[in-house]
Amino acid sequence: MASDVQVLESAVVRFAGDSGDGMQLTGSQFTSSTALSGSDLATFPDFPAEIRAPVGTTFGVSAFQINFGAKAIKTVGDRPDVLVAMNPAALKVNIKTLRPGGLLVLDTGTFTKRNLQKAGYDDTPLGTPELETYQVIELDISKLTLEAVKEFGLGNKEALRCKNMWTLGMMLWMFSRKREPVIDWLKKKFAKKPEIADSNVAALNAGHAFGETAELSATFKRYQIGATHSDPGIYKTVTGSQALSWGITAGGELAGLPIVLGSYPITPASPILHALSNMKEQGVVTFQAEDEIAAICAAIGASYGGALGVTSSSGPGIALKGEALGLAISTELPVVVINSQRGGPSTGLPTKTEQSDLYQAVYGRNGDAPIPVIATRSPGDCFEAAIEACRIAVKYMTPVMLLTDGFIANAAEPWKLPDLDALEPFTVEFAEPAADGEEFSPFTRDETTLARHWPKPGIAGTEHRIGGIEKDFKSGHISYDPENHQKMTDVRAAKIDGIANDIPLQTVDQGEEGGTLAVVGWGSTYGPISEAVKAARADGLNVSHIHLRYISPFPSNLEALLRSYDKVIVPEMNSGQLKTVLRDKYLIDAKPLNKVSGQPFKIQELLDAIRAELAV
Amino acid sequence: MNEVSTQKLTIKDFTSDQEVRWCPGCGDYAILKCMQRTLPEMGVTRENTVFVSGIGCSSRFPYYMDTYGFHTIHGRAPAVATGLKLANPDLDVWVITGDGDGLSIGGNHLMHALRRDVDLNILLFNNKIYGLTKGQYSPTSDIGTRSPSTPQGSVDPALNPVSYALGSGARFVARTVDTAQKHMPGVFKAAHAFKGAAFVEILQNCIVYNDAAWSDITDKAAAPDRQIMLEHGEKMLFGKEGNKGIRFNPGKFALEVVTVGEGGVTEEDVLTHDHSNLQLARMIAELGANPGEPIAMGVLYSEQAEHSYVEAVLGQMDAAKGTRTLKDLMYGGQTWQVK
Repeated sequence: MASDVQVLESAVVRFAGDSGDGMQLTGSQFTSSTALSGSDLATFPDFPAEIRAPVGTTFGVSAFQINFGAKAIKTVGDRPDVLVAMNPAALKVNIKTLRPGGLLVLDTGTFTKRNLQKAGYDDTPLGTPELETYQVIELDISKLTLEAVKEFGLGNKEALRCKNMWTLGMMLWMFSRKREPVIDWLKKKFAKKPEIADSNVAALNAGHAFGETAELSATFKRYQIGATHSDPGIYKTVTGSQALSWGITAGGELAGLPIVLGSYPITPASPILHALSNMKEQGVVTFQAEDEIAAICAAIGASYGGALGVTSSSGPGIALKGEALGLAISTELPVVVINSQRGGPSTGLPTKTEQSDLYQAVYGRNGDAPIPVIATRSPGDCFEAAIEACRIAVKYMTPVMLLTDGFIANAAEPWKLPDLDALEPFTVEFAEPAADGEEFSPFTRDETTLARHWPKPGIAGTEHRIGGIEKDFKSGHISYDPENHQKMTDVRAAKIDGIANDIPLQTVDQGEEGGTLAVVGWGSTYGPISEAVKAARADGLNVSHIHLRYISPFPSNLEALLRSYDKVIVPEMNSGQLKTVLRDKYLIDAKPLNKVSGQPFKIQELLDAIRAELAV
Repeated sequence: MNEVSTQKLTIKDFTSDQEVRWCPGCGDYAILKCMQRTLPEMGVTRENTVFVSGIGCSSRFPYYMDTYGFHTIHGRAPAVATGLKLANPDLDVWVITGDGDGLSIGGNHLMHALRRDVDLNILLFNNKIYGLTKGQYSPTSDIGTRSPSTPQGSVDPALNPVSYALGSGARFVARTVDTAQKHMPGVFKAAHAFKGAAFVEILQNCIVYNDAAWSDITDKAAAPDRQIMLEHGEKMLFGKEGNKGIRFNPGKFALEVVTVGEGGVTEEDVLTHDHSNLQLARMIAELGANPGEPIAMGVLYSEQAEHSYVEAVLGQMDAAKGTRTLKDLMYGGQTWQVK
C-alpha cells in the first residue's frame, strides 16, 4: 500500500450533502484529525439559513470545505481538489467549484428519480459529458453503510444517518489521517447511546476498510500530506468564536474586572454567547436579554457598576444598539461591542459572510459619536484582538467596536496557544473620593489619555449622577451651555483620536515599504490577499500587502505609508467602505475591489486585479 | 474609603445640590421628598443606593438624589438596572420610570425585568400623559383624551399598569398616590424589603398637560369612596363611613361593591385581603373599571420567590466555581506540540 501513497503539498476537500446528512460534523471531525497530524489548515463551513430545508433540495445543501497542507495555509482554497457529494442537489450546487480534473465522490444510492428532480436534473448527470472533466468515483454509500451497520439492528433511517461516518472513514484513508480521534469523539458523544456510537464507529471503519481493499481504478489514490508549523509550541484547532470568547475572558482578567455579557441570539454571533455561557467557572456572567437593546443596556449597566460590559451581535442587532452606544459614548463607559458581520442589508444573508458593516461601525450613530473600531483577521487572531478591545475600552472609558465576521466566527485554524502569563495586565483602578471640601466630579480626566475616571457604586465618597444629557466639562452636572457642548464634543473626539498614539504603527505584511502597488485589506480577507500578493511577488511584481487591525483611529503612520506607493487598491467584501474612509481621512486615490456574493475572495480574483492594476 | 457610616442619615444626606427643575406644582416633587425622607428610615447608605431612570419628566429623579444615579435612555432603565445588579449585586437599585417610558417604548424591558424577578424596586409615575414632549396622550390615557397628537380624542384603550405587572409575572405589586405622604413611605419600605422585582404604580398629577387627571380618585372628598386601602389580613372595607366592602360574587365570577348592613350584608361577606393570593390580586387590580368601584391602594400582591433572579444567577456562578483557569481551558482538549 505504502508505495501507492502520493505526497501532496496541500489539498482542498469539500464535503457537500443535505442539511440532514451531517456534513458539518464530517468536516469538523476531518479537521480535528488533520490538525492532530500537524498539517496547517483552514476551513469554511457553508450552510443554509434554514435549519431543516426540505430534504434533497438545492437550498438545503450544506457544505464544509477544508484546505490543508504541509505549508502555511491562509485560505480555504479557491477550488476543491476533491468534492464529496452526498446527493444530486449537493452535486448540482457544488460541481462548479471543483477544479477540472478533480476527484468527485458520489453516493449513487441517492441518485433516484425523485432526488434528481428535486435537484433540478431532467436526467441523471452520471456518465454524461457534464462530469467528463472530473475523475468520478460512483459508490452506493447508502447501501454500503446499511451493510456496515446491519448487525446493530437500527432502523433504516437511523442506519442511514451513519453515512457521513462511512464517507469520513474513506476520506481519512484517502488522506492517511488517523481514525482514533474520531472514534474517541464518537464514543464520548454517544456515551449514553452505545449502539449509536458502535454503529457510527463501524461505519467509519467500513469506509476506511473500503479504501484499503477496494479494487478501484488508478484514480482512487491515497495521499499523504505532511506536517507543517516550524514555530515550536502547543497548538490547537480553534474557531473564531472560541478564540474571541477566550480573548474577552483574558481581557477581563487582565483588567482585574468581572465580565458581564449581555447578548441576544443572532446568526452568526450566537456561538460567542454560547461559549461565554460556558465560562462561569472563569467568572464570566452571561445574560440572554429580551432583545438587542436590552443586551447592550445590561452591558452598560454592568460597566456603570464596575464590571466590564460586553455585548455580541451581528449587523441588524448592532443597528438596534445604536442609541445605547451613544449613551455609552456620552457617559464615557467602557463596553466591548462585538459585531460578527453577515450579508446585509436587513436580514440579508444570515449565514453568509460580508464586511459591509464598516460604515455602521465607524459612522453609524446620531450625533458626533466617535468610537474606536478594530477588526480581527483570522480565527486565532480573535484572541489578541478581543484583548485589545478590552484594553482600549477600559483605558479610554469608551465603547469599542470589535469587527469579526461569519467566516472567521465559524472557520477553524490551527493556532499556537499564547503564553497567558506573558500578557501585559491593564488593571483598572476605580475613582477615589475628592479631597476634603471639594466636590466629586465623575468627569475628572486623565491629562494624557483624556479618559474620565471610573467611579464604582458601593464606594463611599464617589456618589454621582450621569446620563445621556450633555454634562459640564468640569462638574459633570447637566449643562446646556453652548460653549461647553463644543468643548465636550471636542474632548470626546480628541480622546478617541489620541488612541492612535497608543497602538502599534502600521506594518507591511508582505513586501517593501513604498513601491508601485499596495493592496490594503482588513478582516477576513487576510488569507486570500496574502496568498495573492505572495504569488504576484513570486512572479516579480512590485506589490505589497498592508492589513489593518485598527480602523478607527488609524495608526499614526498610515497616511505616510500609503503615500509611499504609486497605487493603492482595497479589496473588500462590501461595496467599498474602507476605501471611502481612507479617501475621507487622507484624500488618497484608494481604488475599490469589491465582492458581495457571500463567498470569500478567491486568490485568482485578487491576482487578476493586481495584474490589471500593474497592467501586466 | 469604603467605611460604613454609623451616623444616622437624614433627608439632607439624600438631597443633591442640583436645582429641581420640574414645573411648580408637579406631583414629582412630593414623590421625591417622600423618597429622600424615607430612605434614612430604611437604614440604607448613600453609596449602596442607585437610582436608574429612562427618559421623561420622572426620569430626571436621579439627579436630585445624593446617591449614585444613572439617567439612561428612553424605556431602557430596567435593562440597565439588570446589568448593574448582575455586576454589583449588593446594591439597592431603584428604577424610576413613567407611563410612556415604562409601558410604551420600554414595555418589553419592564415585562422581562418583572418576569425574571430581578431584585429591583421599580417606581412607575403614572400621569397618563407625555409631559416632557409636551402633552401627547400615553398608553395609560383614557379613551377620548384630546392631545396635540389626538386632536379629536384618543381612540385606543388605556393600559392598567398593575394588571400589566401581574400579567408579566411580577411577585410584588403595589399602588400609591403622589400626595399620599403617609401612605407612600410604607409602600416604599415594603418594596425595598421585598427580594425580587417590586413594582409600584404611583398615581401622579401633571399640572401642565393633564391636570386633575386623577382628581376623581385622589381629591380629599372623593378619596374615601374611590380608594380602598389594602392591608394584608384585613377586611376590604372602604368609604366615608367605612361600611362599604368588596365581596366575591361567585355567580358572576366577579368582585362587587356591597354596603355592610344593607340587604343582609354582614362584614363576614366582605373579602379579607391576602397579598399572597395571585387570583385575588388580579381581580382587585381591575377594580375601578366600573362605576362605583374604588381603586386598590397599597400592596396588592407580595409573594417572594425562593431566589430572586440575581441570586439564582450567582448561585450558578458559585456552583461552577472551580479550579479550572482560563489557561487550563485553553490548553485542555485536543492539542499537539511542535518542537
